[in-house]
Amino acid sequence: MSTPTAARTAPRARRFSAGAVLERFGIALALVLLMTMLAILSPEYFLTRENLTNVARQTSVNALLSLGQLLVILTAGIDLSVGAIMALSMIMMALSTHALYHWYAAYYAQAMTASLPDPQSTVIMVILSGVAILLGLTVGLFAGLLNGWGTTKLRLPHPFIVTLGMLNIARGATDLISGGAPITGIPQPMRAFGAGTLQLFQTAEGQWVGIPIALLVVLAFYVVFWLFLTQTLMGRHTYAVGGNIQAARYAGINVNRVLNVVYTLCGGLAAVAALLLAGRTNSGYPKAGVGAELDAIAAVIIGGASFFGGRGTVIGTFIGVLIMGFIRNGLNLLNVSVFWQEVAIGAIIIAAAYVDVLRRRAART
Amino acid sequence: MEPLIRMEKISKSFGPVRALCQVDLTLNRREILGLVGDNGAGKSTLMKVLTGVHQPDEGEIYFKGQRVRFNSPYDSRNAGIEMVYQDLALAGNLHIAGNIFLGRELTKKYLGGLIRFLDHKRMAREAARLLERLKIEVQSVDLKVETLSGGQRQAVAVGRSMGFNATVVVMDEPTAALAVREVAKVLDLTKSLKEHDVSVILISHRMQDVFEVSDRIMVLRQGEKVGDLARSQTTMDDVVALITGAQGGTLQAVRGVA
Repeated sequence: MSTPTAARTAPRARRFSAGAVLERFGIALALVLLMTMLAILSPEYFLTRENLTNVARQTSVNALLSLGQLLVILTAGIDLSVGAIMALSMIMMALSTHALYHWYAAYYAQAMTASLPDPQSTVIMVILSGVAILLGLTVGLFAGLLNGWGTTKLRLPHPFIVTLGMLNIARGATDLISGGAPITGIPQPMRAFGAGTLQLFQTAEGQWVGIPIALLVVLAFYVVFWLFLTQTLMGRHTYAVGGNIQAARYAGINVNRVLNVVYTLCGGLAAVAALLLAGRTNSGYPKAGVGAELDAIAAVIIGGASFFGGRGTVIGTFIGVLIMGFIRNGLNLLNVSVFWQEVAIGAIIIAAAYVDVLRRRAART
Repeated sequence: MEPLIRMEKISKSFGPVRALCQVDLTLNRREILGLVGDNGAGKSTLMKVLTGVHQPDEGEIYFKGQRVRFNSPYDSRNAGIEMVYQDLALAGNLHIAGNIFLGRELTKKYLGGLIRFLDHKRMAREAARLLERLKIEVQSVDLKVETLSGGQRQAVAVGRSMGFNATVVVMDEPTAALAVREVAKVLDLTKSLKEHDVSVILISHRMQDVFEVSDRIMVLRQGEKVGDLARSQTTMDDVVALITGAQGGTLQAVRGVA
């Protein structure tokens, strides 16, 4: 009989089983092990503030792309276009700031009035940044929406197709717009997101200790999307669509709307990643994010999400991103060839997917 | 007394195929109607007409005495007719409470209605209460549906349909995929729905299940109604004869041929 007490004690009893513990904390455990190993192998450098700050900045782009990828993979889809959308969005941001700046500088020189702010002034830089960021976000969101429409309106057989198309379209558009050349120089307020540091306090020696703003941006988005997935209707429906699309339809969920929202958000997150990358590199370059979609997929899978959809968490993905970041960083510190890093990451992807297979098999029996 | 559902002279063709031909169906309040027939006899089509998946070419449907037209399953569900599908329309990756409230989640409003968050606690509480009321035993409503047995899943699917003031539940082969020991539980649950003022239409191939729970048995063969019998006045052999047509499609069942 399912008395309220039985209902309350039952899950607690389950939590003690070794399998459940491993399923819940397995990846976190792997991360801790990895970090301990690296701390031992590279005692003088790995755990320094400089190194960790560095990792935080380097992984911020993958963190945002992976977050978008997680949403898509939860619906049993895939988005191959996130790297290309990021590059397109980045070029649009860099180019628009340059174009707007030159337009305004020419206007300013002609107008010769004292009431206009100087083109180099902070006000103008903030306006330029604002416009560029809005434009970049719009590009990302719209490209994502097109991906969604490809699945829901054109009913292409698998999101693989439409996002593969979008990968090529966005790459091509990026090269067309930029002429294949990088655009350097980004207004300071915009750079702050990718390159800035929030200074927290001063040490006794007068050195400032701070957090990279990129890390704060990433954490903010992770918190927001954790809330989205666990606390909102749309989040619950995202899981339902990935779990059993027929059941979702039968329950009256507007499946197409869920898919459109998910792909749009994924494109939007690629644009946010573009902002961070543009800030960090002080430029927009057309070859940005080549292959980044595969890193994002890898991080999501390492983070315990299932390729079949319906399973995966924001926290897991965050840990997946960190594992990939620390492996790259750690093997660099240990002077291991970049080629071996790729081999290691490949092996981990396969291992993570195998864990998912085992889990599904266990669930079935 | 006016029956709960009256379907009159329902015909439905798909191209050249005549799926239903002038079929009548009545369902009384607190009644379990067994709907039987061979594959392709028109059982599912008839139920799809009832729930608004298909529109009849001819014929009328009365629900609680009112003539109704269901243009989609949403319409029929809003009216209180729920269908529990054979393939168990549940999402295995969600827990029981999540499935019971799927598509109709309860929310709490924050910031003056600006943000709506899922009300997990209330959903869990109400799901547990619902299952308890139906005497459906589960360890916890937090369990993922994929960890449940086939019978438990079927029970959750029925519970889900009951959670929203259904007055009619249509069950399509609820026992087909179940282990033997689970069949009895699902049948008990089916019978117990009457106590909650719910009428049931049970589609099944398993004659012993139909005979165990039904008050009345309706037989379809090749899109036509060939039998409508009170369970107490018929036998399994009679019904099988009607299904296979061994009796030439008369409404008078004769014993001993199968």
